[in-house]
Amino acid sequence: MNFLLDLFTIVAVSAGAFFFLAGTVGLLRFPDALARLHALTKADNLGLGLVVIGLLPRAGGLLVALKLIGIWLLVLLSSATVSQLIGRAARRGKLRK
Amino acid sequence: MSHFLLTASGFVLVIVAVGLVRILHGPTEVDRMMAAQLFGTGGIAALLLLSAGAGAPAAQDVALTLALLTAFASVAFIKSASRADGDVDNGEDR
Repeated sequence: MNFLLDLFTIVAVSAGAFFFLAGTVGLLRFPDALARLHALTKADNLGLGLVVIGLLPRAGGLLVALKLIGIWLLVLLSSATVSQLIGRAARRGKLRK
Repeated sequence: MSHFLLTASGFVLVIVAVGLVRILHGPTEVDRMMAAQLFGTGGIAALLLLSAGAGAPAAQDVALTLALLTAFASVAFIKSASRADGDVDNGEDR
């Protein structure tokens, strides 16, 4: 059982790290601002989400687990809002050129 | 297991630090802000992995604070960017 939980942590954290890698590669390689924003939101939502899910079995108690999920939800909320605002700023900048 | 978590923490930190090259290249302020946003999220993930790997629960509170500050930084950027564009706050599409 312990082994399975460790395996779950390894798989989920590795997947999260992969999404951060994908987000960075996208941020560096994609051609325009909106495509880069698309890559960034994957890293924000999925990368951090998978890392948090992977860490849940290792959280000491229910309170710690709830705090981890709370951090993830906060980041989801702020990243969704900020992505919307950044997308609008990028679009306006493009229209003005 | 803690070795794996610490390695993952370092990996995520290095990866998002590489993303900071985008701040250097631009071309627009929006791209620079996106790199800062990615660095904020990556920093949160690295801190959470560090707190689990090194057994330092206080790092979770640091991650929580970083989440708050990243949101504030981005909102401040948007406010200043729309003000610099002469985009007065007249209640349109807000």
